[in-house]
Amino acid sequence: MTGHDMTGSLLVQFLAQGVQMTLVLLISPLAVGVVRRVKAVLMRRQGAPLLQAYRDLVKLVRKEAIVAESASWLFRTAPYLIFALTWVAAALVPSFASGLMFNWAADVVALVALLGAARALLALAGMDVGTSFGGIGSSREMMIATLAEPAMMLIVLTLAIAAGTTRLAGVADFFIAQPFAVRVSMALSLIALLIVALAENARIPVDNPITHLELTMVHEAMVLEYSGRHLALIESASHLKLVLYFSLLVCLFAPFGMAPAAAGLAGWLVGLLAWIAKIMLCAALLGVWEVSIAKMRVFRLPDFLGIAFVFGFIAILLAFLSRGVLA
Amino acid sequence: MNGYDISHLLAGAMLVTSFALLYQDRIAAVLNAFAMQSITLALAVAWAAWSDDRPDLYITALIALALKGIVIPLALHRTVERLGIHHSVEKVVGVGVALMVGLALTGLAQALVVKVASGTASHAREQLALALAIVLLGFLMMIVRRNAVTQVVGFMSMENGLILAATGARGMPLVVEVSVAFSVLIALFVFAVFVFRIRERFDTVDIEALDRMRGDSR
Amino acid sequence: MIHAYQLVVLVPYMAALLLVAIPGYRLGAVVNVVASALTLAIGLGLIAGGQFVGDYAIVDEFNIVFIVINTVVGFTTALFSASYIGHEIEIGRLPAGFLRFYHAMFQAMMGSMNLALVANNIGVMWVGLELATLITVVMVGLYRTPQSIEAAWKYFILASVGISLAFFGTILIYLAGQPALGEGLPAMTWSLLQRSAASMDAAILDLAFIFLLVGYGTKVGLAPLHAWLPDAHAEGPTPVSAVLSGLLLNVALYALLRFKMVVAGQPAALDPGPIMVVMGLVSLIFAAFMLYQRRDIKRLFAYSSIEHMGLIVFAFGMGGALANFAGLLHMAMHSLTKSGIFFAVGHIAQAKGTQRIAEIKGLSVTHPRLAVAFALAVLAICGMPPFGVFASEFLILTTTFARHPWLALLPAFGLLVGFGALLLRLQETVFGEPVGPAHRVDASSVPMVLHLALVFVSGIFLPPALVGWFQRAAELLG
Repeated sequence: MTGHDMTGSLLVQFLAQGVQMTLVLLISPLAVGVVRRVKAVLMRRQGAPLLQAYRDLVKLVRKEAIVAESASWLFRTAPYLIFALTWVAAALVPSFASGLMFNWAADVVALVALLGAARALLALAGMDVGTSFGGIGSSREMMIATLAEPAMMLIVLTLAIAAGTTRLAGVADFFIAQPFAVRVSMALSLIALLIVALAENARIPVDNPITHLELTMVHEAMVLEYSGRHLALIESASHLKLVLYFSLLVCLFAPFGMAPAAAGLAGWLVGLLAWIAKIMLCAALLGVWEVSIAKMRVFRLPDFLGIAFVFGFIAILLAFLSRGVLA
Repeated sequence: MNGYDISHLLAGAMLVTSFALLYQDRIAAVLNAFAMQSITLALAVAWAAWSDDRPDLYITALIALALKGIVIPLALHRTVERLGIHHSVEKVVGVGVALMVGLALTGLAQALVVKVASGTASHAREQLALALAIVLLGFLMMIVRRNAVTQVVGFMSMENGLILAATGARGMPLVVEVSVAFSVLIALFVFAVFVFRIRERFDTVDIEALDRMRGDSR
Repeated sequence: MIHAYQLVVLVPYMAALLLVAIPGYRLGAVVNVVASALTLAIGLGLIAGGQFVGDYAIVDEFNIVFIVINTVVGFTTALFSASYIGHEIEIGRLPAGFLRFYHAMFQAMMGSMNLALVANNIGVMWVGLELATLITVVMVGLYRTPQSIEAAWKYFILASVGISLAFFGTILIYLAGQPALGEGLPAMTWSLLQRSAASMDAAILDLAFIFLLVGYGTKVGLAPLHAWLPDAHAEGPTPVSAVLSGLLLNVALYALLRFKMVVAGQPAALDPGPIMVVMGLVSLIFAAFMLYQRRDIKRLFAYSSIEHMGLIVFAFGMGGALANFAGLLHMAMHSLTKSGIFFAVGHIAQAKGTQRIAEIKGLSVTHPRLAVAFALAVLAICGMPPFGVFASEFLILTTTFARHPWLALLPAFGLLVGFGALLLRLQETVFGEPVGPAHRVDASSVPMVLHLALVFVSGIFLPPALVGWFQRAAELLG
């Protein structure tokens, strides 16, 4: 464990970790709101207010949850589990400081496993009711997963080889300590991670989060049967996942401003502001990206995700080759 | 950012364009990817000329930029339009298989060079590994693409890898001469495509046509 | 002061420049023959001129053998093509305008091959071989029929891939030599590389040799890499086929052997011998079986060339003074005999107006003298006793038998298989009822007879001076 007596007692640490957990939960609808807002502005639409995502969640929680007659217990428990798994995963990624309490557990492999479990549950729940849309969505989701997850693992391994650890905080510390340099393997990993992030969060060009067109939808098809608080949980989980990936990207590739393990309150505050700014910037960039590109045909997705895999593979080869130089 | 970073980055970018060449399925896109690769090569060679203080390499960089970055892609664009084959490339295997084989070849290149050149300086080793990967990928492209134009592009991509390897070998003489010799070869290639209008290796997959080519029918 | 080794390169190149300027093909043919004769004289002069080692050029007993074979066959082919090409123009197969370039290219090709042979710099050697290949590509496509363009394209692609791989191997050799010899020219100078081979990194040499073997092996026509060879031989003009089989394959082999000598100098590196033995045997046996299915007469002898190159590579792979001697001798004999055969085939193709074996029946009735010469030449390449090929094949087999008795069975088997196929085809073409037209043959038969005579004489009596020379060259090979 990092975090020594500098930051005081266990209580302070506990609080700091608590802050992070609540922070990711609270900020995630805002990030989604920013994405939607940027897209609306670029499309010259009026657009929903920034805080609309919060209102939607509140509205859904208030509404009655209607469950199909054919649904099993899986259908009812899945939203809670998905939300819990995603929340834990999102809280593990170092955001404003690298020496937090749970950081020792913030292993990239653990992260991938948590998200994978959440995804599997969602796919099962999608098929549970037995409608054709749920089935289509689940099968497509699994297709994307089989392509995206190997790529993700390759990226993780590349970083692990470079930094000598799979702990996210360790990787971030390593890159903060390094002088700025462009490494081919890192650049390739970044591109690969961006592609994976787009696929995992069901963004354009892999999936379009705002349509319900049966030919193309993936994520929306799976959750079509959900309503009320179940839907709220799932929506919130997907918001959390978006913030998680933003955090992951900035933590790995733009860790500047992040407070080191032994920073005091002032350091944390700086880190916090930097982190929020970076997340919002990411959200804005995502909005611009989504406006400027078209959705791909489902059959072309393997090609698109194949790029991530290829890049991840080249990156790891290069990392191996230059291990002597990098480490 | 030191000098090593830049040469490594450029070489890595060339490798990525090699994969783009394998991935693209329209001839126009293939030609653009090739032009990108050649321009990157020109930058890499120019960088080597500057950092190793070998002014003669600027000639090689200039050849790469002018001939392979601009003139040949444009000429091939025109040829392709005139032949009416700009739609898609006939492939022997699918993109997925080609990419997988390409990855395996890249891995092979790295493994060979790491094992072999353990004594040499790490940056020279990396440059060599990347160059070998580019050569092998060009070779692969020549095998998996039937079309004469893409075969030429595959060969030129191979040659880009060779020039990269030659500039990576510090102080190697005759690099300029060899790059000129290669340019002659390439010019002939393009000339052949242009003059003979070779559409494809075989216009038809008719068995009899193949037999005739082997001179063994009847 | 211009040395003979410079002239052997310069004369053909100058002649090429001159020939581009000469419009008429008759005058061009004469100049071509004269230039080739001059080169031959210089080449023979090299034997007397002694040795030379410079930064860029080297003349030792090993490459003099190659240069002499090159210039001899170059001269006779020039003689042959003078009359052969005239006939092609008469029947309208070749437009006369091309001839100017044909002769110029012929000389440029000879010059490039000689350049590769005298080069002491591995980069220059590579450039010479590349240029020679390119020129032959253009010559193969000379008739501009769909088949010849297809053949030229295939040759172009495969040869270029070979060229590229060989160049990568050359870079690796440079990297291997760099630590010992320093940056720059010395690490590309063959004689220095060979001397300091023992201090080079064995692993880099291994990798380099693999690339060089695949790269130059493509041009030698070794078995899995031979696909261009039959097409290029069949679709080009016959003099080009003769030069391809008789010379270009040798020059590629020469480059490979030079590198073998470097790699063999480092005991820790992999032994090139067994690899070459295996590749040689595969080519030999594969080609021998392929001979049975050929229906085109030039393709038949192209496969026969693969077979014999396989045998030669096998002999050099065995190594040792005696096997190397046998390999060199067989290479010389094969060059003379095979180009002689292609001259004969050129006559036959002109006499019958076709290259299809099925349409060349009854040669002994229509063209008795040609039939006799052709039969003798085919018997010679089969390794029948009075001819020189017999002597060299016998020597290869006996040396192998003395060292690895079981191994000798494989080349013997391959040769027997090839022998059967060639006899079968010989019988078909020479005997039987004549089919199709019987044209007059215009091409001069002097080169063909000359080659046969040389092979015949060397089968009966090899001058001691020649034997001593070949022995010294074989010892250089190690």
